[in-house]
Amino acid sequence: MAELLQFVFSGLTVGAIYALVALGFTLIYKASDIINFAQGEFVMLGGMMTVFGAQAGLPLPVAALLAVILTTAVGLALHRFAVAPARGATPVALIMITIGASIFLRGVAQIVFDKRFHSLPSLFGGDPIKFGGAAILPQSLVVLASATIIVVVLWLFIDRTMLGKAVIATAANRLAARLIGVDTRSIVDFSFAVSAAIGAIAGILITPIALTSYDAGTLLALKGFAAAMLGGIGSAPGAVVGGLLIGMIEAMSAGYFSSNYKDAVAFLIILVVLIFIPQGLFGRAKVERV
Amino acid sequence: MRTLLDTRLLPAIAVAAIVIVLPWFFPSAFYYRIGALVFIFALAVVGLNLLMGFAGQVSLGHAGFLGIGAYSVAIGPVYFGMPSWLSLFAGAVLSGLVAFLVGRPILRLKGHYLAVATLGFGLLVAIVLSNEAGWTGGPDGMSVPKLTLFSWSVRSADAWYWIAGTTFVGGFILALNLMQSPTGRSLQAIHDSEIASLVLGIDVASKKLTIFIISAMYASVAGSYLALFNGHVTPDVAGFLRSIELVAMVVLGGMGSIVGSLVGAIVLVVLPQVLTVFHEYEQALLGLIVMVFMIFLRRGIVPSLAAILQGWRK
Repeated sequence: MAELLQFVFSGLTVGAIYALVALGFTLIYKASDIINFAQGEFVMLGGMMTVFGAQAGLPLPVAALLAVILTTAVGLALHRFAVAPARGATPVALIMITIGASIFLRGVAQIVFDKRFHSLPSLFGGDPIKFGGAAILPQSLVVLASATIIVVVLWLFIDRTMLGKAVIATAANRLAARLIGVDTRSIVDFSFAVSAAIGAIAGILITPIALTSYDAGTLLALKGFAAAMLGGIGSAPGAVVGGLLIGMIEAMSAGYFSSNYKDAVAFLIILVVLIFIPQGLFGRAKVERV
Repeated sequence: MRTLLDTRLLPAIAVAAIVIVLPWFFPSAFYYRIGALVFIFALAVVGLNLLMGFAGQVSLGHAGFLGIGAYSVAIGPVYFGMPSWLSLFAGAVLSGLVAFLVGRPILRLKGHYLAVATLGFGLLVAIVLSNEAGWTGGPDGMSVPKLTLFSWSVRSADAWYWIAGTTFVGGFILALNLMQSPTGRSLQAIHDSEIASLVLGIDVASKKLTIFIISAMYASVAGSYLALFNGHVTPDVAGFLRSIELVAMVVLGGMGSIVGSLVGAIVLVVLPQVLTVFHEYEQALLGLIVMVFMIFLRRGIVPSLAAILQGWRK
């Protein structure tokens, strides 16, 4: 039982990070139909910038805030200088642009930072808390709490504010949104900025547990993308559930089966789910018009 | 009829000419090496382009088949005493079989869902290759015995240049003919509208499966060549980044342009070699160049340039 609890906690922690990455994918996809494969690089930048800010002598919270702001600027720049100029290109071409951006950001991080692994001290110390026989890192609780806050704030924002409603309108029908006076370009700008910020926060949160390096983004982008697809692309609740599910599956298969095959089990289950529910858990089936 | 034959064969003749003429300009054996790599990748890319460019089905896991081919020529001779060329064929058959089994369920998926499913498949292959160390040597990989043909051991770069070049031209012609066949035409119909082609009586599922199997076999042969040529193979050959690289070659060269496949392979094989001059900046520059190409030549190099040329003529 203690063992199970332990796995559940580590699964939820990693899953919360995947969920945040998946939310980033979902937000940009909603606003612009683009799958942004540089999403993982936002996570990496958040972690790495905080590490190097702290090394330069900045207090940790300041370094973290600065990292989020700078990453948000990178997200905006990605849209303005790479994605927006290619408006009207095919989805695959747009995906290639974001992949190019991800290679570019990785290359730049390699030069600006370095190629080593880095960690961050946890805000509340590294001593595990005993709970029902399981040892829980304080940072895990920080991750879970922060992820919950982000999800709730994002939901409130989308649901309750005018800007949020403009995002929904853009997602539903871009042309119609423009006709009723929504500046859809700014909305897409905004979605890139928020995705980048969420990614950066995820990166800062996970670094004390999982280490970071210039190429840490690739795997996270993969898992986040898979989570978004498992939940059904474009569905925010789907992204959260998908992320948590993948985290749990990984933790369980690493614990009870084989840690070497945890990724394999996760993707196997995704394959099986998609075969039976081709539009993901929360996605709506698309009707093709001829 | 004559002109039809001419236009259809023209690209093939041109490509064959390139393969033959190019070595005249090679100052050293190193260039044969690069040339061989270009043709090996171009072979895989032609196969993937059949799937992506013509049938409109994305695969983010094609390196999985590259991996199956690569490890076939490593495991076949070492553990089963099979000659390399036979292992290569066995690998291609195995890849086709795997594609058949995997393709049936996942090709029903569409768009990004298909992308994530194929991505998962590719990762599964890579994970198995790096974990079954007893067979594959694990993450460090294993060495691959040299190819021996009629007691002639193929090791020099120029020999590989000719082998890869010839195979590429063969694969190129095959792909061109395939696209003119009824299957090719129905695939293009599927690309435009799956439902419309279904209504027209095209067996969409089986056509998609056919092309998936064929493209898997292209990748498998390319993977075998790559392993034999390098003399060593690691699980990276089946990794996600390799899959992305193949897709990048297809898209960069031009989806649906068979000539574009060669151009895409040239750009992404030669470019990193050129960029090594810039040491640390290599990756950043590579990313930048991919972005710039895709922004300004968004349909891919060959179709975009063709459109520009056509514009001038008018």
